[in-house]
Amino acid sequence: MQAFLAEYLPILIFIGIATIFSGIAVGASLFIAPQRPDVEKTSAYECGFEAFGDARHKFDVRFYLVAILFIIFDLEVAFLFPWAISLGNIGAFGFWSMMIFLGILTIGFVYEWRKGALEWE
Amino acid sequence: MVEIWDNYGLPMVWMILKIIAIVFPIMLSVAYLTLAERKVIGAMHLRKGPNVVGPFGLFQPLADGLKLFLKETIIPSGANRGVFILAPCVTFVLALIAWAVIPFDKGMVLSNINVGILYLFAISSLGVYGILMAGWASNSRYAFLGAMRSAAQMISYEVSMGLIIITVLLCVGSLNLSDIVMAQREMWFIVPLFPMGVIFFVSTLAETNRHPFDLPEAEAELVAGYNVEYSAMTFALFFLGEYANMILMSAMTSVLFLGGWLPPFNAIPFTWIPGPVWFALKIAFCLFIFIWVRATFPRYRYDQLMRLGWKIFLPLSLAAVAIVSGILVAFNLTPNHG
Repeated sequence: MQAFLAEYLPILIFIGIATIFSGIAVGASLFIAPQRPDVEKTSAYECGFEAFGDARHKFDVRFYLVAILFIIFDLEVAFLFPWAISLGNIGAFGFWSMMIFLGILTIGFVYEWRKGALEWE
Repeated sequence: MVEIWDNYGLPMVWMILKIIAIVFPIMLSVAYLTLAERKVIGAMHLRKGPNVVGPFGLFQPLADGLKLFLKETIIPSGANRGVFILAPCVTFVLALIAWAVIPFDKGMVLSNINVGILYLFAISSLGVYGILMAGWASNSRYAFLGAMRSAAQMISYEVSMGLIIITVLLCVGSLNLSDIVMAQREMWFIVPLFPMGVIFFVSTLAETNRHPFDLPEAEAELVAGYNVEYSAMTFALFFLGEYANMILMSAMTSVLFLGGWLPPFNAIPFTWIPGPVWFALKIAFCLFIFIWVRATFPRYRYDQLMRLGWKIFLPLSLAAVAIVSGILVAFNLTPNHG
């Protein structure tokens, strides 16, 4: 196996151990503790009322908007990672290229701000 | 046969032992973090905190854990059973595996990958899935609302966290966590990058859904947010995962800004204390601030929270990236010339 990939093997084993550990914790508790479900106990909790129906209904579109904005900015962060660690090698040209990119992004940011995409009223 | 054991078996056993040597202390510190939280908040409220189970209440976390273990696991009739059970496991596993790349001392790290900080960032982003799965699978309105809020809050603050990490990387020139710590031999990054350190710490508060940003849990309106339908061990896993995440975020703050395992001064009385102890002290300090903040500040409103994340932290951290990189380029301070 290549040395490069060998560094990732412990992570894989760690994931396996953590998964087994959590599986055992839940499984053993299910097995050991007495399970006596009834209709009242397993109905959805709504502060003591009878449940008014389930949660599969409409939700605020702003959550969706936040998710879209997140994708834009997180992608940008992903672009910044390689730029940040190689800044010493790419010099002023690399620096100004990224500043232009950030400038364009800032214009977009100001636009969405003025459009009210960031308001929660 | 002996050869196979020497080449594969022995390293494997050694690796598993190392993993257990990481997991066990984390679980123990999670247990005692819950006790420390109650004790510290008690002291700040001029109460005693838990003091009945064992001397100074020291067995309280064990009693709590045992009680949760022996409770009935309630699965709501409307829930998606598979996803419902899977969600706490996902949260817990993600909170643990991030520790694989944290360096406890020079060379004392389970997996010294060269994209360490990227791995940490990715794992902490995945944490949203556990919460969304829980909220959706519970099929309860409170849980669903709590999960939506929590997800929106976590991804909002993740953006500024990412940009702050970029400012640190600009000063280091490597994604490897040991390199990041070693770059702070002369001076911890909290000194030159002080405002970014503060923004990062506040973002970690929001990222772990802690006070004053614990809106997903807002017990007065949403009862407990996404984990309202959970009980017994499934709840315990969420709880463990959250607290392990708190410790992880403190470790990340220590590595990025407080010099990881490095002593504050490279002089004789400080260098006697081994690196892992310094690292643990720094984590404990960050965790104390977590608890202190909880005892001090009132909860934010949701629109205030979003405003802070998108309208204050995001522009500030974007500007920080531009300013830090500008200074580094202008004064020829960038690492790794050549």
